[in-house]
Order: sequence, then C-alpha cells, then structure tokens
Amino acid sequence: MLTLSLAAASTRPTWPDILVFAASAAVILVGALGVVTSRNPVHAALSLVMTLFGVAVLFIEQEADFLAAVQIIVYAGAIVVLFLFVIMFLGVDRREDIEVEPLHGQRPLAFVMVAITLAGVIAMLATAHWVTGAHQVVGPIEGPIAKGTGAPRGEVAQLGRQLFTTYLFAFEATAALLVIAVVGAVVLARRPEPDSEVTA
Amino acid sequence: MSLSAGWYLGLAALLFAIGAIGLLVRRNVLIMFMCIELMLNAANLTFVTFARVLNDIGGQAIVFFVLVVAAAEVVVGLGIVVTNFRRRSTTVADDLHSLEG
Repeated sequence: MLTLSLAAASTRPTWPDILVFAASAAVILVGALGVVTSRNPVHAALSLVMTLFGVAVLFIEQEADFLAAVQIIVYAGAIVVLFLFVIMFLGVDRREDIEVEPLHGQRPLAFVMVAITLAGVIAMLATAHWVTGAHQVVGPIEGPIAKGTGAPRGEVAQLGRQLFTTYLFAFEATAALLVIAVVGAVVLARRPEPDSEVTA
Repeated sequence: MSLSAGWYLGLAALLFAIGAIGLLVRRNVLIMFMCIELMLNAANLTFVTFARVLNDIGGQAIVFFVLVVAAAEVVVGLGIVVTNFRRRSTTVADDLHSLEG
C-alpha cells in the first residue's frame, strides 16, 4: 500500500483532473471572496454554498465520496439553511455599510497579519518534508478484499468500520455533544416567559 | 490521478486566509460565523488531502468529527445571536459590549 500510494503520487495527473481542480478552485475562491465582501448576509450565505460545493467536488476528486455527500447534506443542506433561517427570522437581510472602518488601522493590520500567516504556511509547504509522516496509522483508505466480489471494499465501508472501532468513544462523545447543543439552542432561543408565569 | 498534494494544500491555505481576513474585518456576527465555516472547510480539505497522500482513513474520520462539531457550534452560536438580537436589536459585534443581560 505504501508503494502504491507513492507510485500514485508520482504519476502525472491527466487533463480532466487538472480541469476539475482548476474549476473547483475558482468556484471555492470566488465563493469565499463573496462571503467576505458581500454587504447582504443572504448573498454571503449563498456564496458560502458555492464554496461548500467546490470543496465537495475536491473531496470526490480525492476518493472521499462519503464525506462529499455529508458535506452537501450537512453543510449546504442544514447549516446554510440554519444561517438563512436566522437571517430572515431576525430580519437583518438588508444591505450593510462596509465602507466605514470604526477601528482605525484594523483592516491593514488584519491584512498584514493574515499575509504573514499565509506566507509562513506556504514557506512551510515549499521547504518542509510534509509527506514523510507515518503512513497508515489507522488503516488504508481501501479496505480488505470483500468476500465473493474480489474487489476491495471502498472508503465508505472502511470509514464506517473505523468510526465504530477505533473512534467509538469519540463517536459516542459527538452524540452527547449534539444532544447538548440541541438543548442549549432551545434554551437560548426560547422566548422569555411572562413575569406572571415566572413568579407562579 | 489527482494533482499533487501541494496544489490542494495551497488552495486550503488560501481559503483559510480569506476566512481569517473576513473574521477579522467584518463586524456582522453572522458573517463572522460564515468565515469560521470557511476556515473549518480549509482544514477539512487539508485533512482529506493528507488522507489521500498517506493512504490513511484516519484523516477522513477526523473530517467527520469536524463536521459534527461545526454543526453543534453553529447551532449554539446562532442561538446566542438570536438571544442577543432580542435584547439589543443588533447583530453587529461593536454594539455588544456588555455582559449584563
């Protein structure tokens, strides 16, 4: 498997791969810039959907089909709808003045600091040996050969097996986290009761 | 075969930078939340890229948990935004300067 992955990394990508990557990268970056620069929160939420779709395409491109589906269902289907619901529930879907800068020098400082961070990450990418880590600590993406078919099990079966064995405790903890989040959201968003009921 | 990991990691770094700029510059709490989602997506893209390069399913399992935590974070965060809006009728971070209810 180690030799397989190294050989795969060294083969030249075909032009459809390059095309898919270029198109998704353009979609992702345009969507991200739309989130940051749009004045209307609704437009920002729709730009966020664009970015999430691009990331899902890149997940498929990298053999993470299940995560691409979850990305669309959970992010584009649930989280962005929640954003849009809150925007329209609060009625804040009006244009916002982003020309004013209440804190003087905040924007140049933000740009400089982010540029320094980005330059550091890019320099680290260019100079460090970042693929010499331990290969397959948990398990390979392609599982063992399935009985009868002769084909290796896909990453969905492998991901499910790992979630319910290696990551079982974390999986149960996320269940508890989700319950706590739901209860917390209900308590936070509940309308305050009238005083008569509180004192009774 | 897909492009080499460097392209994906560079794109993820760029996406993270855009999200960080938005988080630092914008004042609407809802937009700031969306920028946090952008940064989480950049991290997810990095995880999936390393899962492919190292041929390790662990990277994809971590992305699964990141998705769950992001959903929980958005639910609680938007609950706080709604509660704050009831009291102060604003979603601008500058106007939230008091902890008193």
